[in-house]
Amino acid sequence: MSAPQHDPAIETSGLVKVFGESRAVDGIDLSVPAGTVFGVLGPNGAGKTTTVKMLATLLRPDGGEARVFGHDVAREADAVRSRVSLTGQYASVDEDLTGTENLYLLARLLGHRKPGAYARASELLEAFGLTEAAGRQVKNYSGGMRRRIDIAASILNTPDLLFLDEPTTGLDPRSRNQVWDIVRAIVAQGTTVMLTTQYLDEADQLASRIAVIDQGKVIAEGTKGELKASVGAGTVHLRLRDEAERETARSILAHTLDAHVQLEADPLALTARVEGDAGVDDASGAEQASRALAELASAGIIVDTFALGQPSLDEVFLALTDQPPGGSTTLDTSTDTSTEEIAS
Amino acid sequence: MTTATKHDPPTAEATSVRTDELAALLVAGERPPRPSALSASLTFGWRAMVKIKHVPEQLFDVTAFPIMMVMMYTYLFGGALAGSTSEYLQFLLPGILVMSVVMITMYTGIAVNTDIEKGVFDRFRTLPIWRPAPMVGYLLGDVLRYVMASAVMLGIGLIMGFRPEGGLLGVLSGVALLLVFSFSFSWIWTMFGLLLRSEKSVMGVSMMVLFPLTFGSNIFVEPKTMPGWLQAFVNNSPVTHLAAAVRDLMAGNWPAEHLFWALLWSGALLAIFAPVTMRLYNRK
Repeated sequence: MSAPQHDPAIETSGLVKVFGESRAVDGIDLSVPAGTVFGVLGPNGAGKTTTVKMLATLLRPDGGEARVFGHDVAREADAVRSRVSLTGQYASVDEDLTGTENLYLLARLLGHRKPGAYARASELLEAFGLTEAAGRQVKNYSGGMRRRIDIAASILNTPDLLFLDEPTTGLDPRSRNQVWDIVRAIVAQGTTVMLTTQYLDEADQLASRIAVIDQGKVIAEGTKGELKASVGAGTVHLRLRDEAERETARSILAHTLDAHVQLEADPLALTARVEGDAGVDDASGAEQASRALAELASAGIIVDTFALGQPSLDEVFLALTDQPPGGSTTLDTSTDTSTEEIAS
Repeated sequence: MTTATKHDPPTAEATSVRTDELAALLVAGERPPRPSALSASLTFGWRAMVKIKHVPEQLFDVTAFPIMMVMMYTYLFGGALAGSTSEYLQFLLPGILVMSVVMITMYTGIAVNTDIEKGVFDRFRTLPIWRPAPMVGYLLGDVLRYVMASAVMLGIGLIMGFRPEGGLLGVLSGVALLLVFSFSFSWIWTMFGLLLRSEKSVMGVSMMVLFPLTFGSNIFVEPKTMPGWLQAFVNNSPVTHLAAAVRDLMAGNWPAEHLFWALLWSGALLAIFAPVTMRLYNRK
């Protein structure tokens, strides 16, 4: 792309946005290299949307600085606007218009001439599997279709930076996978993506670097691996044949893995964290787990299912905030939601 | 075999996303130069037209409402105020035309407010286009609605016995003046549309502004019968100047003074409320 390689796609320092009494964004520092997918993870009301809106020139920062490809979002808003696209939490297309009309409208506004605008609209509808729905008003679209037309509208001109604000919230698994496929295809062409999500597996699936945001502050930032390393190398999930053997299994696991073993609500299940030495890759975790499995077998304990996973981002969140995501902010959610409403 | 059929049911295939095509589109996408201010505004005007096509019910206020106004005021008050309904119609019709069109300008504010509540506004605001274009687009679409309302009212007026002495030219220049004023006046509503939080409050404020402004004018009766303080207000109201100018133009006269004031008011409204609207739009 035309993006100068030395400028990071996004760079913020001490970014602040205040709504009345509450500091929705409270000093956020981020640096997103061009060409990557950056995940912003946090519960409802953490300040994700407000941050994205400031970066997309929809809200003026109350403090700090934000630059997109080297352009200040407040002073050089137009330069920023020509490089970015935003797909909001709610469909940012006109519900009264059909799919074709929406894309045609935006294509014209982006400077395409009439025939070119129609061609681009129909090509995009085709690629997004919306050709059949092209002539229908968007208000009659399903959630997944809305999301796709919305993303299509965002890439009418291939943007250098695409903001996806909770792109899969409220979608069924199939639609969610389609959106993920689309995002991967867009990223593969060199577009930088900033993705906000409250779904940990989504950030895990798509993003290379992740910032965890809570109450307007970045509480952790790094590559997926770095974040996970702060929790441990992985987790072993076991489900036994016989309930009575769980205690024995627990002590065997605790001994072989040298780790805390958690008894799950399911009376047959146990979870153990595989610590792994610092700097050692996952193989050591797998090795330890297989050794533990052998121990269990030799003790005559039958294991029905067994899974070794990297620690989920849920666990990362738990480790970082001492509280599960969502659970920590039950109280704040209501107030933060109302401030976001005022903001929008 | 079974898994393969499970994964690729023919229906899913038909609606699935084609990432290979998508990739080609992303690469092929050339970035054209940004559109001119006029082109962007006209595109937003086109959007307003398409919305009328999809939601024709919204034309109710420019068709049924004006017909109702003309008939109601002519037959209800005509006899009492001017001795005969056909006499009164010659005086009333240009005024009622002004009143109806000025009243329906408030739908601009509601349209702006509705768009903000839906997410589409955010999309427009992130586009690298001439900033006032979405607002001008609303107003261009609305000007078409005003033309329709005027045509409907003049049509029903002619059927009921309205005979403008100014002829076609007089009528057209009267309507043209009304459109100019309405376009400028509508910036008040774009401002309120951006300022207020709900459609209902926009509606409420509109009524508070429109009722005193339209009834407190010379549209229905000559201000001579009013108390002095009210005459002072009525004689200087923009709607009075506008109604008087439109009435005279349609009657074949040249209302230099009223025309001057009506145009001055238009210019002043535009000069004040357009910048305020754009400031709110940029800060929103």
